[in-house]
Amino acid sequence: MNARLLPYILILPVTLFLCLFFLYPFLLVAKQAFNNGSGFTLENFQEVVGYWKFPISLKNTLLLAAAVVPVQLALALLMATMVNKMQKGRDLILYVWTIPLGISDLAAGIIWLAIFEQSGFLNSMMSGLGMIDRPMNFLSYQHPGIVFLAIALAEIWRATAIMLVILVAGIGLIPKEYYEAAEVFGASPWKRFWRITLPLLRPSLQTALVLRVILAFEIFAVVAALGGTLFPVLMGETYAYQFDLLNSGAAAAMALIILAISIGFTLIILRALRVPKGAQI
Amino acid sequence: MAEIQIKNVAKRFGSYQALHDINLTIADQEFMVLLGASGCGKSTLLRIIAGLETQTEGEVWIGGRRIDHLPPRERGIAMVFQNYAVFPHLTVFENIGFGLRMQKLPNDEVKRRVERTAELMHIEQLLGRYSGELSGGQRQRVAVARALAMEPDVILMDEPLSNLDALLRLEMRAELKGVLAESNTTAIYVTHDQVEAMSLADRISVMHEGRIVQAATPVEVYRNPAERFVAGFIGNPPMNFLPAASADGGKWQVAGEIYDGPAAANGVEFAIRPEDIAPADTGLPAKVRLVEPLGAHLLVTCDVDGTMFRAILESDLQVKPGDMLKLAPQTDRIRWFDSSTSLAVA
Ligand SMILES: Nc1ncnc2c1ncn2[C@@H]1O[C@H](COP(=O)(O)OP(=O)(O)O)[C@@H](O)[C@H]1O
Ligand SMILES: [Mg+2]
Repeated sequence: MNARLLPYILILPVTLFLCLFFLYPFLLVAKQAFNNGSGFTLENFQEVVGYWKFPISLKNTLLLAAAVVPVQLALALLMATMVNKMQKGRDLILYVWTIPLGISDLAAGIIWLAIFEQSGFLNSMMSGLGMIDRPMNFLSYQHPGIVFLAIALAEIWRATAIMLVILVAGIGLIPKEYYEAAEVFGASPWKRFWRITLPLLRPSLQTALVLRVILAFEIFAVVAALGGTLFPVLMGETYAYQFDLLNSGAAAAMALIILAISIGFTLIILRALRVPKGAQI
Repeated sequence: MAEIQIKNVAKRFGSYQALHDINLTIADQEFMVLLGASGCGKSTLLRIIAGLETQTEGEVWIGGRRIDHLPPRERGIAMVFQNYAVFPHLTVFENIGFGLRMQKLPNDEVKRRVERTAELMHIEQLLGRYSGELSGGQRQRVAVARALAMEPDVILMDEPLSNLDALLRLEMRAELKGVLAESNTTAIYVTHDQVEAMSLADRISVMHEGRIVQAATPVEVYRNPAERFVAGFIGNPPMNFLPAASADGGKWQVAGEIYDGPAAANGVEFAIRPEDIAPADTGLPAKVRLVEPLGAHLLVTCDVDGTMFRAILESDLQVKPGDMLKLAPQTDRIRWFDSSTSLAVA
């Protein structure tokens, strides 16, 4: 067997699998979006973008990502730094903190619904403490702020750990000697975080942010559980086109729009956290 | 003034005692080398002085100020690490200027000092590069420049040359000596390489199993080892030892020969350096086992009185394995060690 050919032969099955079950369906979706049966068209895109709910759902999706991802990033960095400083019980803490990862997003939405709904945990606690006389409906159109907050909280609770895991691994890769050198040359713990940890963590930050931002644009089940129709998001609208309105051309167009936004942000993140040649660990 | 005083310092890692009751004073601007085999506690002692490790007992003073409770950055020290620890995400310029930036010095002062130390270390043309674009030797220079740029009272170096190849090590050794002599800093330099220690040090502290067994000038350590361990550690090859039997009035019988030795002692061992021996008509009877030409000399390994014995002899001497020689030690170079305490006796 030719040794130079072998690696390519070994990745062939995966490549074929991806082509068959990813690339091909993707092309079908693209065809659906750009074709009305008689040829190339932008009608589907004009239709979905022109619909009154589109700007709202776009705004909601972006706002949610803008609110949730930075909080998650900060939390994950803080937690990863803490985990890294631990001598004992490090693994246990890490397991506990990553439990929410094992729960599906719909289940997470339902857990938080149980907290916020009219007969929920929050209401019974507040009336128990005498803060309210009768149960309130937090998740209604009268409290858009609370709906947003509930969704953001559920998302933060559910998906911070995915960043945490990546960042813990990344911090573990930074040699201890850099911290000692920084310490000797006058960097306070805070400065060491900003001047050593963060810049050396850029590759992991890239991965964590790209993954998290893409997932944030695909938010669906948590919103469906907590906001229902009160809080339209892009993925929810895609679902509605496909299964409620049975307009698969429009659904395909929506899917491509979400894909374009994801690719755009991915490129921005990769560019912003680029590590210059020769500056890798 | 940056005299360093280490008073009764001990360090335990759990139940393992890495350092025992270390006492050492290093004079202002002195170049002190900590020399010892791997695992003897050199790095631990250096890191305690740096503040990267906390002693279990004892005190560290620098320039008349007790500093062992202070964080590293408040101790007036700079350090060169074994693996250089040149920050990969910063250019050479920013690496050298790292400590100065932390002190919030103005930009033009940082620039002045970085450029001056870079010039001193001959890396002024590398200032824009990242560490990934440097060779090991160049990284080493950056690490030294970064320490020198701080203009510290004390510079600590942990085996700074051990990752360089032999030729580069020789070159950097000479350069370091010159640069540090100019800089008026007190230096502590850790190494396991005795040649490096000899060539650099004002004084050498020989360490063994968490203790300092001798702290003296290189010549003193070489000529008058304070303990049998030092005699057997320093020198390549190290000292030869032979058992001695008392023969009255400060005379001792060694392999059948009589030598003047210490007057009052219980049991002693005779010791002589391989290069302080010459073939003669009378002397220690030696059976040659192995002859290794070293160019300028012959290293002859013999058997004296059932003990291995090495001699460095003139290279034109005709000798081969199996020959019998008489080896005469240079009498003023003979040393004696107490067989129960291992300490040198005169
Ligand atoms: N953080 C630590 N925990 C436990 N043991 C250690 C630690 N650091 C060093 N030691 C032990 O202390 C001894 C001295 O180590 P070190 O000072 O690094 O030796 P050297 O630098 O002379 O080679 C070694 O036996 C080493 O295993
Ligand atoms: Mg060491």
